[in-house]
Amino acid sequence: MTVGEKLGFADIPALFQRMTGDEKHEWAAASTLHVLWVLYDRVLDVSPERVDDPDRDRFLLSKGHGPMAYYAVLAAKGFIEPSTLDEWTSWGSPLGQHPDRVLVPGVEISSGSLGHGLPIAVGQAVGLRVQGRSARVVVLVGDAELDEGSNHEAIALAGRLGLSNLTVVVVDNESGTHGWPGGVAARFAVEGWATSTVDGRDQEALYEAFTADHAGRPLVVVARVVGS
Amino acid sequence: MREVFAETVQDVMADDPRVAVVIAEISRDAFRPSPRVVNVGIREQLMVGVGSGPALTGMRPVVHSYAPFLVERPFEQIKLDFGHQGVGGVLVSIGGSYDDPVWGRTHQAPGDVALLDTLPGWRVQVPGHPDEVEPLVRAALAADDLRYLRLSLRQNKVAFPVVEGFTAVRRGSGGVVVAVGPVLDRVLEATADLDVTVLYATTIRPFDGAGLRAAVAASRPDVLLVEPYLEGTSAHLVSEALSDIPHRLRSLGVRRDAELRAYGTPEDHDAAHDLDALGIAAAARRLFTHPVAA
Repeated sequence: MTVGEKLGFADIPALFQRMTGDEKHEWAAASTLHVLWVLYDRVLDVSPERVDDPDRDRFLLSKGHGPMAYYAVLAAKGFIEPSTLDEWTSWGSPLGQHPDRVLVPGVEISSGSLGHGLPIAVGQAVGLRVQGRSARVVVLVGDAELDEGSNHEAIALAGRLGLSNLTVVVVDNESGTHGWPGGVAARFAVEGWATSTVDGRDQEALYEAFTADHAGRPLVVVARVVGS
Repeated sequence: MREVFAETVQDVMADDPRVAVVIAEISRDAFRPSPRVVNVGIREQLMVGVGSGPALTGMRPVVHSYAPFLVERPFEQIKLDFGHQGVGGVLVSIGGSYDDPVWGRTHQAPGDVALLDTLPGWRVQVPGHPDEVEPLVRAALAADDLRYLRLSLRQNKVAFPVVEGFTAVRRGSGGVVVAVGPVLDRVLEATADLDVTVLYATTIRPFDGAGLRAAVAASRPDVLLVEPYLEGTSAHLVSEALSDIPHRLRSLGVRRDAELRAYGTPEDHDAAHDLDALGIAAAARRLFTHPVAA
């Protein structure tokens, strides 16, 4: 397997295993896996040949911790060579426990500190819009990450600016200590976002949600991933 | 300075589609409506994060607010959303260290430059006259790097040509004074009867170590550093520049040892920090007229 060779979803467990050494089911428990796969396989207009194309779609992994699913998908889609996974987190490896855009082709933001990705995504959506580019920006956050106030600043502004080229996917595994009464989507809806709440392991439902019409409004897809 | 900054940015924007402005209510009336001017409301963390987005799409963002809200409140955003992403931006503050002291501590940010010193790669510029602002802003917008422009209501009587390193305003044989931005007039008044070299800086990062060494070589290795922000902010760079030369250094700036719970005028605060002509003169006399034995 080399850079550029495209693999399928069935190859994900083997790619995961290169990082975790896990023989069992750690890959299946990764809450972000199906979301990432649907985005990279069917939704995003990105490819390893176009990592610097100004018109490429942008995917921002804001919840940068637990990036194994992300790296596995990037390897499956040819952005990084699968053998790179074997040495991850070691000195000299481009792959850390938090992704670094300067080190990894196809990684759009360096992340890990919570509450940064969505504000950056809002800025990217504004930047693409004023340049007349049709690319979309998709940013993945965790439900507990929504605790960070910077996200609420961003949710309000994106709603008011009508950033239809912005999609937030909230992977909701109910990990927030104080929770979100009424559900995560309600926080976005009140700010004028189009919302959709789906089973985060149902790839067809995720695809439908990501491709639903949301003219004039930003879109949030709440991907519920509860239990393992 | 603020008006020159806003007008220059908008003048450049007319021809350069890369330029975008992100503000958080402060100075909203200084910018005419444009899709490339985004007022995020009173959301300073968001302001800095949103500012990095255009840079990631190939644009040149200008992020602007009052100094404490621009640098101190969203400091992690400055650290992670610009330098760590590998993109540049132009941060422009107003308010200086205590331009409007009636508001008290909330509106004072004497530590801004020292804070940015904890991050690599920032070019820090402190104009001392409104006429120095336009060339600094134009150069910042034409570049791709990390820039912090610290604007103030305080200013010197005359402007100097904007250059990279130090400008020798006066030459003397008894030592060297480094005056940053709007403290220059007070430094010149305080050292009028002393035979010393006075260096003036608008660009203080990168620090002109070579310029300081040359000035010291032509004078004496006694250096009085006068900065309009936290005392000793550039002291480590003076020490580095003169590391192989026996030298003396005295730093003046906003005092570190106490939070002044006082209002009044900027001049009152100058006096309290020994940053008025009297205080600078006293420090200069002690340093330059009592040389160590040869």
